[in-house]
Amino acid sequence: MRYQPDAKTAEPTPPETTVDAGTASPETAPAKAPAVRATPDKIESTLSPIRKDEFGYDQARHLLWRAGFGGTPQQIETLASWGPEKAVDYILGYDKVEFEAPAADKFDKDIMRPPTEEERRMVTEARRRQDEETLAKAQLERQRREREDRRQVGEMQKWWLKRMVETPRPLEEKMTLFWHGHFATNYRTIENSYHVYLQNQLFRKHAIGSFADLLYGIIRDPAMIAYLDNNDSRKNRPNENLAREIMELFALGLGNYTEQDIKEGARALTGYTFNDDEFVLQQNNHDTGAKTILGRKGNWDGDDFVRIILEQPACAHFIARKVYHYLVADVPPDERGGDKSMPGPQRQAIRQMADALRSSRYQMRPMLRRLFLSDHFYSARFMNDQVKSPASLVVGAIRSLGAPARDLTILADAMDLMGQNIFYPPSVKGWEGGRAWINTSTLFVRQNLLAFLLTGKRTQGYDPTAETMKYDPLPLIAHLDEREGQAARNPGAIVEALMKLALGTTPAHAREPLMSFFASNGNRVTRENVTGLLLLLTAMPEYQLC
Amino acid sequence: MDLSSSNAYTRREFLGRGLVMASAAATIPAFIHGTAHAMNKVLGSLSSLPGVPDERILVVVQLSGGNDGLNTVVPFSMSEYYRARPGIGVPERDVLRLGSSDGVGLHPQLAGFKSLYDDGLLGIVQGVGYPNPNRSHFKSMDIWHTADTTATGDGWIGKYIDSECCGFGKGESGTPERPDGASGPPSLAIGRTAPLAMQGRLVTPVAFENADLFRWSGQEIHKSLREPYDDLNRRGDEQAERKESNAAFLLRTSLDAQVSSDMIRKAVAQRSQVQYPGNDLGRQLAMVSSMIRAGLKTRVYYVQLGGFDTHAGQGGAQGRHGQLLSQVGGALRAFYTDLKQQGNDQRVLTLSFSEFGRRVAQNASGGTDHGTAAPMFLVGPMAKPGVLSKHPTLSDLDDGDLKYLVDFRSVYAAVLSDWLKADSKEILGKSYQAAPVIKKA
Repeated sequence: MRYQPDAKTAEPTPPETTVDAGTASPETAPAKAPAVRATPDKIESTLSPIRKDEFGYDQARHLLWRAGFGGTPQQIETLASWGPEKAVDYILGYDKVEFEAPAADKFDKDIMRPPTEEERRMVTEARRRQDEETLAKAQLERQRREREDRRQVGEMQKWWLKRMVETPRPLEEKMTLFWHGHFATNYRTIENSYHVYLQNQLFRKHAIGSFADLLYGIIRDPAMIAYLDNNDSRKNRPNENLAREIMELFALGLGNYTEQDIKEGARALTGYTFNDDEFVLQQNNHDTGAKTILGRKGNWDGDDFVRIILEQPACAHFIARKVYHYLVADVPPDERGGDKSMPGPQRQAIRQMADALRSSRYQMRPMLRRLFLSDHFYSARFMNDQVKSPASLVVGAIRSLGAPARDLTILADAMDLMGQNIFYPPSVKGWEGGRAWINTSTLFVRQNLLAFLLTGKRTQGYDPTAETMKYDPLPLIAHLDEREGQAARNPGAIVEALMKLALGTTPAHAREPLMSFFASNGNRVTRENVTGLLLLLTAMPEYQLC
Repeated sequence: MDLSSSNAYTRREFLGRGLVMASAAATIPAFIHGTAHAMNKVLGSLSSLPGVPDERILVVVQLSGGNDGLNTVVPFSMSEYYRARPGIGVPERDVLRLGSSDGVGLHPQLAGFKSLYDDGLLGIVQGVGYPNPNRSHFKSMDIWHTADTTATGDGWIGKYIDSECCGFGKGESGTPERPDGASGPPSLAIGRTAPLAMQGRLVTPVAFENADLFRWSGQEIHKSLREPYDDLNRRGDEQAERKESNAAFLLRTSLDAQVSSDMIRKAVAQRSQVQYPGNDLGRQLAMVSSMIRAGLKTRVYYVQLGGFDTHAGQGGAQGRHGQLLSQVGGALRAFYTDLKQQGNDQRVLTLSFSEFGRRVAQNASGGTDHGTAAPMFLVGPMAKPGVLSKHPTLSDLDDGDLKYLVDFRSVYAAVLSDWLKADSKEILGKSYQAAPVIKKA
């Protein structure tokens, strides 16, 4: 799928274009209806594999949303026809999918470069001579660079958004976003857009790779080091920020370490800093003395600190739980008995995910494979009951409905209003997610953004793209007559198919208002009328869920 | 770093400009709500109920960027002031005098404040700050919002709303439960997003920039969309299979959103009789006044004005900083004239603050850099009028910055306990002596 498709290029691309081409096509292998589950709110108890005959349209759609940003009807049908193993392996095996990512090399890495020796000397000299004019000039230059850097981080937001929209490897971006929220750093504090970019690439590189590599990487990451003040952490004057957050928020969770462990860990991380864009370990600032961290005594450095943390069983459990929260269902925070309020099957599933993570030495892929193939993941309780993040809402609408992206600046701005300003998470805890995304104001922003995508409608009047990028929703229902001929083009079937696609369900109370809208427009299957149906569907409370 | 420049790469027009709100009543169970409502009918106008905390309103005016306190309340009697600010000091002859208040006066562009002062509606607390001041806009703003010098935890207004209104487990979306009668979200901010100050555990604050945007824009696309849209979005959760599911939560919030949208848009559609200055703050306060007049039960309104980060060319008696002050004074003057005409002035206390003041000495660019203590303002008939504390000394500075005399949390404590009749210790997490800034009722 292309960014900014117009009517001619909006044809959705099924996922099999690059791998296994020709083994399946939506026309030849319509999805079988999955087995109907007896109780709608049941949670399947363990990570035992889902049976092939239980994997149909609903399950494929669920997988596409949770492991990515939704799919077109053609993509859903294709995955459904492949069955669970092949579908999941396709999604997880994204490194085999070719992708010419939007160019990033145009980013200037030197906007916030440290001053040269000469510049430094000039300012020192000016200060000594009280040369106000030179000092004022230097200050203006600094402010100019800061403005330029803020502009660049805005470009990076758009670049990433475009990448999420265009990528044929959605799980890669989905998990990159996960790590951004997990190792949350805010540009406001970092004030170096290139460091933000380098961090983003680190997350992408290890998106479903090794969490251990990621943790070793994060203590060398300039953005993280700056964000948590580790560049200010020296022998005899350690700054505890990085050590604390690694233990509390990044790897172990409250209750799995002591304040003393933080103090000792901070000593191990002293001297871990950066120069320009490169990590450096300043030996003269590094505390080489003996430390006791989580009961282990030695002359530990930062890598030892990370290794000791990775040895804790709590670490795998902490990560598994966070991934579960992101991909499966809201779970209470892992503190003060939060576990007790969680249904047993969820506790068990997370435990099994943690086991998978540990036994693969922190490789994420085997854990995710187990999860995506499990009965539990497809439990009726979880289907269509996760609140979409602003990123999922926006990117998902473009990808699954084939809507034009129109204007990335507006999209990024609207996501900010919805509470998710990329590269500006609200705190080191990242985004809370779930219901916290929704309030009466954000709900209108969400509805209005969808109206903008589908029609170019703005609060006052229309965007210029309303004329140049006309949305064509008809491909979304093309399969109806391909399969069953003109008879399938009746209003009921069209409304049904669009509900299935947009909501994942076909709530009875929604059918009547939708049908009456369609009827009041003569039941004509035109672009305008089908767009109208989608305007209503995407404004529904249920559309905020996936 | 310029706070307002984050808009350089955003396009605000799409979702418009902004107001943030908070109300207790929205989340109070219907039977209590009904009683209070009935009482009002019996006793007549709301303003005839002094001391009924339910009816008291707090309006917070945030001046973002670090307002230059020394050029707002000018210490014209201190020679150090003019020595430190040869280019931007406000000449003594231009300062608006405050009766007998010794040695300080208002910036000449603050005619609005002068008028409020003369009417006994303005209280000035000088030298407000906190220990170990932080000079980062964001950090210091967060400190003011959380009332915590580590800048962690929920917002002080959010905690107030939580402690006062939501122990009943209702109002999860922070909006009204009952479509009839006058209700509203517990707290409302005019702005793109609700500030940290309003974030609590139980209630999500409502924020919007323009009431027109607090609605679905799709209904203008074609009239045949309107009725089905209403059918789909005003269902509530009655048909939901599990009330605790996210789907049921969304159905409830959707109904809330429709009801608040109707109510707020209806409220602000009635224009005020008073002319507000045509600036951003005037527009925001006019909206707040309309909502108060419409009888929304919103307890806390939050409005903001940016642009105070005057590092360069801030001007003296004239100039950029003066223009901002003129907005603040003019808008608040109009606001209280309006409230008085409505008969609601007694119910409304306004508090104005900025994240820090600026350094005593001007810099090389004809501006001032980030500093520390600065004055706070309290406005309204129930604010204790006058200059309420001493001006900090200019002869004993802390590395070129003022030493604070009043902890801002003692002002919060007064607003919480003396005005909103709440338990300030519980909300602020610590006991602060309430500053004497509120009249005894």
